[in-house]
Amino acid sequence: MTSSTGTPTGSLARSVQFLQRRHRFHWAEIIPWILAIAVFYLLPGYRLLATQILVMILFALSLDLIVGYAGIISLGHTAFFGTGAYITALMASNDIPDPILGLIAAAAGAAVLGLVSGWVLLRTTGLTLLVLTMAVTIMLQELANDFDEITGGFDGINFTNSEILGLIELDQLWYSSSYIYVLVVLFFGFLTIRTIVYAPFGRMLIGIRENTQRMSAIGTPVHQRQVSVYIISAAIAGIAGALWVQVQGNVTTEVYTFELSGEVLIMLILGGTGRLYGAFLGATVYKILESTTEQVLGTDEPYWQFAIGIVLILTVLFARRGLFGIFEDIVKKFKGASKGEVQ
Amino acid sequence: MSSFLIEITTVLVFGLAFSMLLFILSVGLSITMGLMGFANLAHGSFAMAGGYVTVSMVSKTGAPFAVALLVSFVIVALLSILFERVLYRHLYRRPELDQVLLTIGIVFASIATVTFIWGPDPQLILMPEYLSGSVDLGFNNFPRYHIFMIVAGAIIVAALFYGLERTNIGAQIRAAVDNRRMAESCGINTGRIFTWTFALGSGMAALGGGLGIQLLGGIKPVFALEYLVIFLIVIAVGGMGNIRGTFFAALILGIIDFAGKFYFPEGGAFIIFAVTIIVLLIRPHGLFGKA
Repeated sequence: MTSSTGTPTGSLARSVQFLQRRHRFHWAEIIPWILAIAVFYLLPGYRLLATQILVMILFALSLDLIVGYAGIISLGHTAFFGTGAYITALMASNDIPDPILGLIAAAAGAAVLGLVSGWVLLRTTGLTLLVLTMAVTIMLQELANDFDEITGGFDGINFTNSEILGLIELDQLWYSSSYIYVLVVLFFGFLTIRTIVYAPFGRMLIGIRENTQRMSAIGTPVHQRQVSVYIISAAIAGIAGALWVQVQGNVTTEVYTFELSGEVLIMLILGGTGRLYGAFLGATVYKILESTTEQVLGTDEPYWQFAIGIVLILTVLFARRGLFGIFEDIVKKFKGASKGEVQ
Repeated sequence: MSSFLIEITTVLVFGLAFSMLLFILSVGLSITMGLMGFANLAHGSFAMAGGYVTVSMVSKTGAPFAVALLVSFVIVALLSILFERVLYRHLYRRPELDQVLLTIGIVFASIATVTFIWGPDPQLILMPEYLSGSVDLGFNNFPRYHIFMIVAGAIIVAALFYGLERTNIGAQIRAAVDNRRMAESCGINTGRIFTWTFALGSGMAALGGGLGIQLLGGIKPVFALEYLVIFLIVIAVGGMGNIRGTFFAALILGIIDFAGKFYFPEGGAFIIFAVTIIVLLIRPHGLFGKA
């Protein structure tokens, strides 16, 4: 930030103001939530799809924390999603069917895994890190397959949740209370992430992403900070996994697949990394594209993968900042804005 | 004692055959990553393409297996030049994430394409007479195909080493891997070396895809993703761009993997990943990589 001239106190005040302004809610930030509620009332037939989208948004948001903000590339984020899912399912099938407790346990379990795996994996960078994140996920999947007397193996575990806070039952038929439940959890998850990325901690993550050596030189304990954000991201991904199986009432080893890791990364890239709402846009577009392609072709064979592959190639080549980046460019053009903001 | 001998030789022969396949499949990726610093996750797609070309040649035109392998090598090598020129070239200087994403895009699109053409089920071919059945070595019976795989693998490894260590073009490739700028200063056209090496690596992958049809129980669309992780593990353990390292990594991992699955049918598939994690934690640049 070289633009600030004037007295040191003046520039300090200005930077504080800059940070505060960023943290303040923009009026447009209410739009996704209004849309989410509108979908609930106007398109009740699509509640199952919409519920899945909401969960995927939370999952993609958690990935955005490490990929978009901290610059840690992971192809194994389902390790946490799947762990959260299995913890919840195992608790529910072993007489602890409370959904909220399930979420807490999922977050805690995934966070512990994040701590252990992050502490060791984040010593490496680049391709080695990529391979290790994949290896951890696939190893967990193999374990889930091998210990099939616990995990139910390929068939998985079926379970029922009790009422939320002893009041509201999660219905798996019309997805009315389930949808609201997922939306509320997503909202709080989003608030947490939003607070983190606009806090000094979040600024520091961006610093690490942009120039690890410089951050290290000015005294940031880089490894420790990376592990911290990895743990937070893991916990949120664990919650997403827990929600995913709670609304379905069953869990299979699918929650650990490498494909899912790839898909959530694609959703994030499609929407745009490091910008929070990219996850909303990406997950929604991806899921809708997936379900319409399946409907149009009248089959669930993965032909839509072709479309997704092409979209991904085009995104990387021509729209590296994702759909949300395109959207921002359009907004900027309309405003004729000349004030360039630092992301 | 003799049952022990049978066990050991079985593990060695089956493991070695798998190791050879692993090496042929992953060596191209190792060179690409070491030489160009390009994270080409679509390597598995090229291997898969090779497998499908081989299957189609043999079952549709009745071509001999060996001819089909050669043709698939050439077709896929040419195809990869096209990809390198049109897509990859733009991303050499971009961050790793972009390369990963672009090539994952190719993987997804290629899986869909082959599903569309050949369907989701594994495709098998009838092996020629001289490659089916088993041979009796006195103390144990081995499938002919596995012996063939080991011999073919050894020949390919020897040819590759000879080419890289003893020929002029091999010296140029090694120079470009070690220090690109210095190689360019000596008048080596690294751009052209890139393209040819990339084509050679992809062709090798195609060869591996064809040779693997029998060993891996047919070629199927998920191949590109399923084995990608294995390739990456092999080159990460071996050290990127290090052909000798890739060979030893393939050897070790192939035999460990088979031994694991042989002795612990329940949790054996898990061992190879555990070994990888331990190796990479102790040596992040691979067993034979440069720090």
